[in-house]
Amino acid sequence: MHEPDQDLTKLGLPELAAHHEEAPSKPGNTIFDTQNVSIYYGSFKAVTDVSLSIYENEITAFIGPSGCGKTTVLRTLNRMNDLIPTARVEGNVTYRGEALYAPAVSATAVRRHIGMVFQKPNPFPKSIYDNVAYGPRINGERKKARLDEIVERSLRHAALWEEVKDRLSKSGLSLSGGQAQRLCIARTLAVEPDVILMDEPCSALDPIATGRIEDLMHEIKSQYTIVIVTHNMQQAARVSDRTAFYSVLRDEKSDVRTGTLVEYDLTENIFANPRDPRTQAYVTGRVGLGSTRLAA
Amino acid sequence: MATAIRPDKTDLREPRGWRRAKDRIATVLMVIAFVIVIIPLGFVLGTVIAKGASIISAQFLTSSIPYNVAPANVGGMGPAVLGTILITALATVLAVPIGILAAIYINEYGGNQFLTRLIRFMADVMTGVPSIIMGLFIFAIWVIHFGYSGLAGAFALGCLMLPLVIRSSEEMLRLVPDSLREGSYALGASKARVTLTVVLPAVLSGIVSGSLLAVARAAGETAPVLFTIFTVTTANPNVFSGANTTLAAQIFANASQPYVGAQDRGWGAALTLVVIAFILLVAARLVTGRVARVSR
Repeated sequence: MHEPDQDLTKLGLPELAAHHEEAPSKPGNTIFDTQNVSIYYGSFKAVTDVSLSIYENEITAFIGPSGCGKTTVLRTLNRMNDLIPTARVEGNVTYRGEALYAPAVSATAVRRHIGMVFQKPNPFPKSIYDNVAYGPRINGERKKARLDEIVERSLRHAALWEEVKDRLSKSGLSLSGGQAQRLCIARTLAVEPDVILMDEPCSALDPIATGRIEDLMHEIKSQYTIVIVTHNMQQAARVSDRTAFYSVLRDEKSDVRTGTLVEYDLTENIFANPRDPRTQAYVTGRVGLGSTRLAA
Repeated sequence: MATAIRPDKTDLREPRGWRRAKDRIATVLMVIAFVIVIIPLGFVLGTVIAKGASIISAQFLTSSIPYNVAPANVGGMGPAVLGTILITALATVLAVPIGILAAIYINEYGGNQFLTRLIRFMADVMTGVPSIIMGLFIFAIWVIHFGYSGLAGAFALGCLMLPLVIRSSEEMLRLVPDSLREGSYALGASKARVTLTVVLPAVLSGIVSGSLLAVARAAGETAPVLFTIFTVTTANPNVFSGANTTLAAQIFANASQPYVGAQDRGWGAALTLVVIAFILLVAARLVTGRVARVSR
């Protein structure tokens, strides 16, 4: 069991300390801005009242217990929730100042700027080469030489090139879990998005593969803005500049659970000096108290 | 703790007594059931081969159909082989594209709308319609106005194939995991792109094999063909006009003859038809074997 006053180094704070200098004191351009965003599935309100800003060339982590809506919020940022017929978003979401849910905005165009890496690696049942070339091809790139260049650059960027350069024509399904996830990252990098959303990208991977992906995130953050959902608080502490803590509000009578944003701040503040007692309870591991107490 | 109730010695052997007896009885019953199912198949194949094999030759497959009184060594089934291939091919061209498109609509575009449920329901009803009714239907709406032709036969066979193609293609499309679709959407692909470049290639061989099974089934149909192409003894390479003949129709015609030569030619036609169906089934098997590994 966790002691309430446990050693904070166990939460990855040494890394956090090392990481501290990188954390910008002044945020860059605002990439996403959400105001009072609520997300419904049919009549069920899954997430309520989320307001936060995500900044350029930063890694923003979403943490919180299961069912708190972190993934749902992430998927509203590139309109993946559009694929669920009953999903509905209320409130304002802007991307570089443009309203994401304005009627004239095409979800397809949005997703070309805002890529996504999923929890479970999902390479297409095509060759490794075709997996990476898929995005450029649907964007109209036909020249073989140009595609070769994009494939190599993306795979190198995703730290996978050395492992697969001799078998680019093999199926993407032949890769191990960690390699497959890096392939999915390479596939996302190939379309040169502005933002990369990552939905628990390491939850199916071992610690070594996780480490590689975290290193990769650090390498690419100078060119991309990254938003990552994670269940792993050490990971949030290690990789992110800012952290948003989500929690569950439970209605005592109906037992309806709705996710909400509790606290959003620089990562070191969230872990070392949280303002909200719910955040403190979560990051120190005192979550066995149950979501009722947490939501109180 | 649990250590107190552990037996002194761990026994991992197969349980004895009644449980083992039940296992034996069930195994024997299943073997018996299997043999009972196999016996009729064996008799049918055995009889067709025994009675038809001696008459099959290159000459039999190409010569025209003689008068019924002719002995077995005169003439052959050439017009029927030609008619079967042409009419079945035409039916395939008519039914398979429509069937696959309908399946794509149901599974990828339709959602749970009224039209989706209607198409699915209609396909089920069509599967249950007796083939002779399908022949009568085409007779009433086409043959009465335009006369007998291979095309009318292809309409009737196409109507029989259509629901089989729709349902088998739909089953295949359902095997494609949503995570693959999401992966493609996340790269900015439109719905049409997702369907054409990810979903269809992943299960194409399954769709092809399902369609081949429908073709094999249609090639062997007799009743709908009798009403729509008539049954003639001369070759008619023009499927769009004039009466025609198929192996199945010819088997029916020859089997009702009192002349031994005509009956023998009927058996030869039966064996030819079985071989054609067998070739299609093996082809379907070969392509399905490939898809199974792709769509884990």
